[in-house]
Amino acid sequence: MQSAFSLSFSQSSLTLPNRPLCSPNAAPRNLRFCGLRREAFGFSPPKQLNSCRFQVKNRRIESFDYDLVIIGAGVGGHGAALHAVEKGLKTAIIEGDVVGGTCVNRGCVPSKALLAVSGRMRELQNEHHMKSFGLQVSAAGYDRQGVADHASNLATKIRNNLTNSMKALGVDILTGFGSVLGPQKVKYGKDNVITAKDIIIATGSVPFVPKGIEVDGKTVITSDHALKLESVPDWIAIVGSGYIGLEFSDVYTALGSEVTFIEALDQLMPGFDPEISKLAQRVLINPRKIDYHTGVFASKITPAKDGRPVMIELIDAKTKEHKDTLEVDAALIATGRAPFTNGLGLENINVATQRGFIPVDERMRVIDGNGKLVPNLYCIGDANGKLMLAHAASAQGISVVEQVTGRDHVLNHLSIPAACFTHPEISMVGLTEPQAREKAEKEGFKVSIAKTSFKANTKALAENEGEGLAKMIYRPDNGEILGVHIFGLHAADLIHEASNAIALGTRIQDIKLAVHAHPTLSEVVDELFKAAKVESPASTTPQSVKAAV
Amino acid sequence: MALSSSSFLSTPSLPNSKSTISFASSVSPAPIPSLRRVVFRSHRREMTVRSKIREIFMPALSSTMTEGKIVSWLKTEGEKLAKGQSVVVVESDKADMDVETFYDGYLAAIVVGEGETAPVGAAIGLLAETEAEIEEAKSKAASKSSSAAVAPSPPPPATSSPAPAISQPAPVAAGSDGPRKTVATPYAKKLAKQHKVDIGSVAGTGPFGRITASDVEAAAGIAPSVAPPPPPPAASPTATTAKATTTSSPPLLPDSSVVPFTAMQSAVSKNMIESLSVPTFRVGYPVNTDALDALYEKVKPKGVTMTALLAKAAGMALAQHPVVNASCKDGKSFSYNSNINIAVAVAINGGLITPVLQDADKLDLYLLSQKWKELVGKARSKQLQPHEYNSGTFTLSNLGMFGVDRFDAILPPGQGAIMAVGASKPTVVADKDGFFSVKNKMMVNVTADHRIVYGADLAAFLQTFAKIVENPDSLTL
Repeated sequence: MQSAFSLSFSQSSLTLPNRPLCSPNAAPRNLRFCGLRREAFGFSPPKQLNSCRFQVKNRRIESFDYDLVIIGAGVGGHGAALHAVEKGLKTAIIEGDVVGGTCVNRGCVPSKALLAVSGRMRELQNEHHMKSFGLQVSAAGYDRQGVADHASNLATKIRNNLTNSMKALGVDILTGFGSVLGPQKVKYGKDNVITAKDIIIATGSVPFVPKGIEVDGKTVITSDHALKLESVPDWIAIVGSGYIGLEFSDVYTALGSEVTFIEALDQLMPGFDPEISKLAQRVLINPRKIDYHTGVFASKITPAKDGRPVMIELIDAKTKEHKDTLEVDAALIATGRAPFTNGLGLENINVATQRGFIPVDERMRVIDGNGKLVPNLYCIGDANGKLMLAHAASAQGISVVEQVTGRDHVLNHLSIPAACFTHPEISMVGLTEPQAREKAEKEGFKVSIAKTSFKANTKALAENEGEGLAKMIYRPDNGEILGVHIFGLHAADLIHEASNAIALGTRIQDIKLAVHAHPTLSEVVDELFKAAKVESPASTTPQSVKAAV
Repeated sequence: MALSSSSFLSTPSLPNSKSTISFASSVSPAPIPSLRRVVFRSHRREMTVRSKIREIFMPALSSTMTEGKIVSWLKTEGEKLAKGQSVVVVESDKADMDVETFYDGYLAAIVVGEGETAPVGAAIGLLAETEAEIEEAKSKAASKSSSAAVAPSPPPPATSSPAPAISQPAPVAAGSDGPRKTVATPYAKKLAKQHKVDIGSVAGTGPFGRITASDVEAAAGIAPSVAPPPPPPAASPTATTAKATTTSSPPLLPDSSVVPFTAMQSAVSKNMIESLSVPTFRVGYPVNTDALDALYEKVKPKGVTMTALLAKAAGMALAQHPVVNASCKDGKSFSYNSNINIAVAVAINGGLITPVLQDADKLDLYLLSQKWKELVGKARSKQLQPHEYNSGTFTLSNLGMFGVDRFDAILPPGQGAIMAVGASKPTVVADKDGFFSVKNKMMVNVTADHRIVYGADLAAFLQTFAKIVENPDSLTL
């Protein structure tokens, strides 16, 4: 890491004098250091950097306090800050709450800790599964506080890593609530005003609670409360069957709760490829202690009080007629997330939010009320609502830094993978089958589907986890991958071969010749590539060209 | 998915990547008078067909598939089906696939249950065209499944059994106003559906009077099969009220569990009860096995097993004592069997089965050993055909490999005698001159039906058996 870093440092110092003409191949290599993985940097001595920053300062014509100020130290802001330092920018990050934002403190990170527990509980409780290994386990039990501590300890650890990595690199962490005062001017805390050449808004989101629902934090809760695992109710209703709801259903049922899903759309897991959601329902919902109501809104939810359980009024999603009243022990509101953009001072620069989201163009440049770009102002992550995922925010942040350091960059959102960490996991990148078919119809190309099963994979069978499906949607004429969807063991880790291929434009006829270690789960994806029937021949590989020359 | 469903008919060879498939269903050829045979894909509308029950076949999902396992039925019996809907998930050697229906109708009966296997082309369910035909199809399914080798376990009776939990009036939730609606937890509803319990008739004893899984289990007359996961130790708002409800089966000790019999275990249970009506007696006999052991060492490399040796010896002895190979079917007569078929008890995972070595007296030792290996293989993979496990005329049970020195067997119904073989052990014996020596001795204990086999018969049989074992050269002839 150390050597890799000094290398990039020397590059940036070399290219600084003519920054706008920054060599295009200098940057992509560094992209791999995005997101949380940069914690490893925490140990790099900051000395070199300071000298670098000094250089930059001397060469600057205009005088700003910072080259870049980021409002919000979540995963998006963190990714942007680290990349900015790497690019030689003097960077500050403003945080009004805790470093790490939703992902680290109230989202992906603690939920993964709970899911790690639920996965093990599930295995230990599955007598049949254990027996098939020849293992004998007496009753599996758990200590709720111990589970909760695991989640909060993990969040603390990752938060510290994040903080240290930024401090070590010389990012100034400014504490206080940040807002935009005007062009290139930001206020934080009570009345600290700083100027910056460029500003990134990365304020993220908060759980969305529809009206009529009274959240008391005890029996009617959001993911923020649920992650603390202060109780494991006997029966919990989960409003919304997207990623968040699904993951919590996995946790709660593994810990012994019964779950009732309430979904406004006509089917569960509406965001997934239909075939995947059908299979997921068969594996993640039907055999578990879960039932569901679809096509209904929870119009009113009252917390448990005065000896009454939690009451949930259901109305038909279309006709709005009363349909049912549920009585449960708790309700988790997982209806999505709302952007956290209030009090940002957007009125100072004439920006109007749309349902709370800050409008941006494909380069994350903020668009004002007149449809014009606001100079030097960017918005990344959940606050712009393009793709509400931690790693998407980080990628957007890196894309912005690329732009402000002179390299035009447009992030291909279709190459950003997404994952749901149930047991087994669900992952996807690109288009779903219906989306692809719609696009194909419009643009006049053919679409083909390739599928492989985890049942045919040695490693999956060795783990007794043959349940699963991988599916690829592609163009048979040129071998372009349009989308890949995986449901099965470690699906979240398997998707990256496909997402990288999409990001780099690798075609199936080329990637199918790449070799995978045997026996590994990655062969499921390998089989997908090999199962595809592409009309165009493989291109000559760059290596062989080089060898020939 | 409509695309793939039609492709099943038009293209006989099926690409493996398809995960949805339609089953071919045809009108049943079974001789039910009210049924008329209709040619597959005929113009149904024009014909005046009174009633029609179609069989749902196990489809061939790949060219290599010979049998398929039912992963799950997506519909329950009695549920309405629309053309093109997925009905059942079948596991092939490659993948799980949805099987769709070509016809509208009702899933009248499930012939092959979840987790069971059926050969390609076998009926796995019945589809009735109208609701009225469901009953008819069900009775048909019952006759089908009873003839099947491994019958699906019958559904537990839905009628209330004398479970203590339901005889008491359910506590009415305090403060309930007006007629209370039924509140049942997700798992309770699932169990009710599974055990065909009318949820409306179950009294809820859970918090706020709700119906919990244990209420449904009590109503269905079954004890909780798996102990529920331990309630969280920390105080959740409802933990205290919930705890009281989970202890509804007093006779069970904490952490104990009740596992219902499998079909095989039920059969064993039934046979054992039946055996009580037969007057039996036992005769034991020590057999010197030095010569047999020596022979075994010699023929072992040729694939001969001890079981084959013993079966052959028993077969040869039975040939000289036909009455021990007879049975008493009606309590009035001897039924002499023309063949000597030795059933050998084999413990298999979760059960007991008796593959039969037919004509054990006639087949040579090597063929017998080969046959035995084949039968054991089939028994372990549950592929024994009925005649391969129920045609025995005499049973051999050997627990010698566990070091058991002697034991007593229960006579299986329909046979005259059963031989229980213990371990062969070095024993100090004194000969008639008072010299001591060490010989390998094995205790053989035969249980017989005294209506047809008398003490002297059995003793003579054992003497013959002992002679054969002690001079085993005849076994290899």
